[in-house]
Amino acid sequence: MDLSVVAKDITRTDLLHLYYYLQLTRTLENRITALYRQGRIVGGVYTSHGMEAIAVGYAFALQSQDVIAPYHRDMGAFLIRGITPGEVIAQYLGKRTGPTKGKDGNVHIGDLKRGVIGFVSHLADNLPVATGAALAFHIRGEPHVVVTNTGDGGTSRGDFHEAMNFAAVRKLPVVFFCNNNQYAYSTPVRNQMAVANVADRATGYGMPAEIVDGNDVAAVYLAARRAIQKARSGGGPTFLECKTMRMHGHSEHDPAKYVPQALLDEWKKKDPIVKAEAMLKTLGYADEAYFHDIEERVKKEVDAGVEWAEQSPLPDGRETLDGVFATEAEVAS
Amino acid sequence: MTTGLADAMTSHEVTYLEAISQALDEEMSRDERVFLMGEDIGAYGGAFKITEGFLQKYGDHRVLDTPLAESGIVGAAIGAAMMGLRPVVEMQFADFISCAFDQIIEVAAKNHYRWNAPVPMVIRAPFGGGVHGGPFHSECPEGWFFHSPGLKLVAPSTPYDAKGLLKAAIRDPNPVIYFEHKFLYRRIKAVLPTEDYIVPIGKAEVKRTGGTISVITYGAMVHLALEAATVLEKENIQLEVVDLRTLIPLDKETIYESVRKTSKAIMLHEDNKTGGIGAEIAALLAEDCFDSLDGPVLRVAAPDTPVPFSTPMEEFFLPKASDIVAAARMLAAY
Repeated sequence: MDLSVVAKDITRTDLLHLYYYLQLTRTLENRITALYRQGRIVGGVYTSHGMEAIAVGYAFALQSQDVIAPYHRDMGAFLIRGITPGEVIAQYLGKRTGPTKGKDGNVHIGDLKRGVIGFVSHLADNLPVATGAALAFHIRGEPHVVVTNTGDGGTSRGDFHEAMNFAAVRKLPVVFFCNNNQYAYSTPVRNQMAVANVADRATGYGMPAEIVDGNDVAAVYLAARRAIQKARSGGGPTFLECKTMRMHGHSEHDPAKYVPQALLDEWKKKDPIVKAEAMLKTLGYADEAYFHDIEERVKKEVDAGVEWAEQSPLPDGRETLDGVFATEAEVAS
Repeated sequence: MTTGLADAMTSHEVTYLEAISQALDEEMSRDERVFLMGEDIGAYGGAFKITEGFLQKYGDHRVLDTPLAESGIVGAAIGAAMMGLRPVVEMQFADFISCAFDQIIEVAAKNHYRWNAPVPMVIRAPFGGGVHGGPFHSECPEGWFFHSPGLKLVAPSTPYDAKGLLKAAIRDPNPVIYFEHKFLYRRIKAVLPTEDYIVPIGKAEVKRTGGTISVITYGAMVHLALEAATVLEKENIQLEVVDLRTLIPLDKETIYESVRKTSKAIMLHEDNKTGGIGAEIAALLAEDCFDSLDGPVLRVAAPDTPVPFSTPMEEFFLPKASDIVAAARMLAAY
């Protein structure tokens, strides 16, 4: 990304915040992976390793009353919306203090108070839901925006089509992100779609689209900011394809031997944290000592989160029976 | 044509269909969070004209004609419900709900359980046969949802219940599938109260009292059971007709009370026999009312086939009053 544009359009403070969230995401997910390898976390572990800039970039561009409907590689978005590292670990550990109180695991985190719609494993299911949240803002005439995300594989589902089409027809305030990390589990994009770019799909819905360097947090942030501003001012939805690479397996159990090593080597050089550090140094906003301080800071935050989560109680087995139905009191306001 | 909209707040007889229109109209007037989504519900007024006149009265922000995409419609309703609105989705025919199955089961039904976010929405599903609809316009899909925790299911049999249950469904904090029977739309009429009322979700009603056999049923089959009861009365077989009205949560108390009195039970439904609601109620009676039973629990239901089109085949498929009469005579002999 052209650094003169970055210098002009993003403040130093914001860039340093973006960098902090990249580091917090990386450190937290590395810790989750370590806990999984130690057998302390059971179940699936899905990380955004090497793709952190996408969720960090889009979530940072939102305002407090906006809403996100993320997918499973959006850890940075949870953190920016105020979900703490401790809550994330508690969720992974199945603790009562996790956002779903043990009912659901890993990144299936939702909290309406913080504007986070819970993720559903069925990819693209959250796209019609995001469209509906945007419809509510549209009906009430409220200036809020919804951002949702899915992977390259998720764009093959009918719900992707139905959501994109409906949002475009009604000009709803929703921004569709696609994390094109080139593999849906083991399936490469060439076996997923016949178009060259996922963004090409948007044309079919009459929706403007952009291709963004998904490893450049400044580029993602600026593209998100533009699309969100457009949606907020009644300009309708935008589709943003972020090109990136999934540097780990689909889940941490998956060694991903189906991905050519040369591809991983190539993308390792484009690591979003390395890129962000180079940008901050060139702009004269930060130096190695600063990066080291941030690393130490996020490590402490993650340590504290792990400690809090591990000390948190597990739910009682009988809590299984709670919460199938909502009560009147919950919707009274 | 006369719609429920024009008839609201009058005291003459209204059809089952008009009762549904009245409920929608009154709830939209009462609560500005309520809005409608569906295919052809706006200018056209819906395939059955239930929302005729609504677009003019409430505008296109509250009466939304959608693209032909049931999953997208239901998903959008879920998102809007989570943001505080009260969407009422019309499935043009209940059969098309299969396209939205994933959103209903995986998103709407599990949402509150998983992360505490209520989804107060209603899906209206015009269901049932007897209208020459064939395999894709006659289905009774309630069994699919009966097995999915997190949903409420209602199926009214009268204009009074149709109106009261729809109002209750719209006010409920949970996703409710409202099964309205197409055969009843214009065939039954009643004078409804002029004041606001609801029929509480979760309450069955004994539509006819009798001491010989309990017939446990819902939807259009209630009327068939009442017809059979008239025939059997002459033979001194008194049917008690229990109209479930709500399928989930099931009113076990009313079912058990009736069966403990009569000691005999017939499950009656238009849905396919295997794995239907009748099977579940039969199992409940075996578990909880075994000591009261004086005979086998019988099921009168449609065979395990799709709904056929041709008239003699559809007549064969649908349960008939004579089927109930035969089952009741057999059971009465125990």
